[in-house]
Amino acid sequence: MGERFKLTVNGVQTETEASGDTPLLYALRNDLALKGTRFGCGSGQCGACFVLIDGHAAPACDTPLWSAAGKSITTVEGLGPSGALHPLQEAFLAEQAAQCGFCTSGILISAAALLANNPRPTETEVRAALDRNLCRCGSHNRVVRAVLRAAAQAHT
Amino acid sequence: MNTVSDRLKRTGSLEKNPRLSQWLRLERDATVSVFSGKVEIGQGILTALAQIVAEELSIAPERVRMFAADTSLSPNEGVTSGSLSIQDSGAALRRACAHARALLLERAAKRLGVSVADLRVKDGTVRGAGRSTTYWECADKALFDCEVEEASPKSPRDYRIVGKPAPRSDLPDKIAGRPRYIQDMVLPGMLHGRVVRPPQSFVGLVSLDDTKARSITGVVAIVRDGGFVGVLAEREEAAISAQRALRNAASWKAAAPLPRDIHAWLREHSIDHGVISEKVDAQAKSKEVRTLTASYSKPYLSHASIGPSCALAQFEGDRLAVWSHSQGIFNLRHDLAKALDMPEKAIVVRHAEGAGCYGHNGADDVALDAALLARAAGSRPVRVQWMRDDEFCWSPCGPAMALDLRASLDAQGNVIAWQHDLWSNGHSSRPGRSDQPALLASWHLSEPHERPPAINMPLPAGAADRNAVPLYDFPNQRVVNHYVREMPVRTSALRSLGAYANVFAIESFMDELAQAANADPVAFRLRHLGDSRARAVIEAAARRASWSGWVPNEGRGHGIGFAKYKNLGAYCAAVAEVEVGHEVRVNRLILAVDVGLVINPDGVRNQIEGGAIQSTSWTLKEQLKLGEHGVASLGWEDYPILKFSDVPAVEIELINRPELSSVGAGEAAQGPTAAAIANAVENALGVRVRDLPLTPERIVAAIEAQ
Repeated sequence: MGERFKLTVNGVQTETEASGDTPLLYALRNDLALKGTRFGCGSGQCGACFVLIDGHAAPACDTPLWSAAGKSITTVEGLGPSGALHPLQEAFLAEQAAQCGFCTSGILISAAALLANNPRPTETEVRAALDRNLCRCGSHNRVVRAVLRAAAQAHT
Repeated sequence: MNTVSDRLKRTGSLEKNPRLSQWLRLERDATVSVFSGKVEIGQGILTALAQIVAEELSIAPERVRMFAADTSLSPNEGVTSGSLSIQDSGAALRRACAHARALLLERAAKRLGVSVADLRVKDGTVRGAGRSTTYWECADKALFDCEVEEASPKSPRDYRIVGKPAPRSDLPDKIAGRPRYIQDMVLPGMLHGRVVRPPQSFVGLVSLDDTKARSITGVVAIVRDGGFVGVLAEREEAAISAQRALRNAASWKAAAPLPRDIHAWLREHSIDHGVISEKVDAQAKSKEVRTLTASYSKPYLSHASIGPSCALAQFEGDRLAVWSHSQGIFNLRHDLAKALDMPEKAIVVRHAEGAGCYGHNGADDVALDAALLARAAGSRPVRVQWMRDDEFCWSPCGPAMALDLRASLDAQGNVIAWQHDLWSNGHSSRPGRSDQPALLASWHLSEPHERPPAINMPLPAGAADRNAVPLYDFPNQRVVNHYVREMPVRTSALRSLGAYANVFAIESFMDELAQAANADPVAFRLRHLGDSRARAVIEAAARRASWSGWVPNEGRGHGIGFAKYKNLGAYCAAVAEVEVGHEVRVNRLILAVDVGLVINPDGVRNQIEGGAIQSTSWTLKEQLKLGEHGVASLGWEDYPILKFSDVPAVEIELINRPELSSVGAGEAAQGPTAAAIANAVENALGVRVRDLPLTPERIVAAIEAQ
């Protein structure tokens, strides 16, 4: 049966009613209508569903509600200040760093976690930080350029 | 002349969709609605088509509204495949817009009391004799209610929008994380569905205990029709739990075991041996001094879309609406009608964007799944999303291929005879091409349809034999396509079809021959190639890569590959620079590309770079694992693809030819990249690996065999 879980998503406290082993992904997408977090594999292998949980990039498909409760969750919709894009998103637009874009949300989350801990990463560090995110269209190099652009702009 | 001229009729998709109103509509808010039958699959086609429309009509690109394809309002342009959208839809829209512009200027001239020749247009505002009007003031509803007539499109010399990089119109939503994909759609009262299939081919469902699934809170219905089993639930996670419970409680009768050596099996099971090219020159043949042979192979590949396939369906009485990311919504409607035993006109299929598909994946199949479950849901809409293992196990895969090449050299080291034999299943089992529905669930119903075999489209584009005929000038030549109808694993179109393996084999073999002739691989290709555009891309790639200045270094190598896609489309040459340690690392790819007139340079670059990186992934890492009864790659751990740290630097040289027709860019890089990498590996190690993918095990085996 459903239990009630208190979640803090993009700075807003909400409550959702579902079974405790429900993956966070479905609460985000279907209860909170935050569709930017994508289903890709259901087992944390592709990164399409990454969200920040207390600042760490983690797969929402593999995070049960009971373990997400009480933690601070940020989805792609909450990366930027309210209503505006995050500098990473601006950089992705500037570099046209996507093809189908289905992996983009998860990549933005990994990149945001990286820049929070390492504001001036090298290209090698960017690639290593994104190795948990799969991209099938071959937009990798544009994505790396976009992350480096966002990092550089934060320091100008 | 008041009818469509013959020349015009042959332009792109106008032949089947001749009415101007099928393509364009002027709206009251000073925008232009555009209806294309081609669909956005992450390749940026809607942006490029909008550039063509904006250019021909002389309006700002922001005024162009591209509508998603919809069987109730779009022209039927078949399938968005084969790198043909710019040729089909782009050419038709350019002609339609040229005619629309002429009609609008005629009206404007009357309104302003000046001749058409004295008019100037800027962003839809028409000026003449010091006065002005707009397209939207001039047009009425009936203006475009006519057939497209001959009118002169703009000269490429006057282009201001076409040929300039344009940002993709769909990316702001996708980068912001706004709902945009079919997976994000929500309809009022929507139920979540999942279909239960075993991870192997089966011929029947023996038993199913649904007790546990029924006990899951929120499960609304369990649907069974023969071997088709699905579940409907109020919440998505409940549908997934029920799917798992049903899968664990079902017993299936497995299909016949798969062949152990698929390439040997293909060679033994061909039923047709089509000679697709034959040239005989006995005098040249008499000069042969040396003959080489080599066998190559390619495994089954998965499309491996990041987003598993998804569809929505809803019945309203006896009418059905389906939302799908299919590449061919009209063909899907045709097969849905057959599978559901409904008239086609009772079904509307609307395109909604999905994740990149790279060919025929599960998009069409899941649409029938959704329709079958919607039939059990009354008038409630149903959303079905495949899980990762559904997509790997049940979507069609790119066919395995075996290839034998044989060639003879004369004393001067020129190729004087060439033979290419290939064995493969067909490369298309898309919907709409057979009497039987090409949709997975239809073969499992209590009254099952027969699974149609994968077929090959005819040459010159071809399918299994795509690019099997070399572009080089060989005096003796024989190319044979050995078609295998029986299909142990379901196959269909994967980006570039047979071109990937054929170009890999031809271009690997060209290097083997160059070595035998003691010639440089670039020079060897050029001396067998008369086509000036082909020579130009090879020379451009070699120049940019400083080919002749390459310094040999332990464990490092460089290689080249070339093809003219389909022998009809884009010219592409690739140079790869690799480093071989315990595995192959591609450090750098340099590609030169000629797609004729470039519409969106940034779009072409994105497609070529993406294609080259995807081909690098196929070539180094990818092969579907097969179990006893079916595909055994269930998740990404069983089907590794290239990661960010593995991706090479990619440089692209774009050769724009404004005077020549545009051809598509989407698939041109697949074959040349593979061959360039294989040739670079040989250059690094002195060992040739002829079986894809070029894994460490394959390389060790090749070294040991030497």
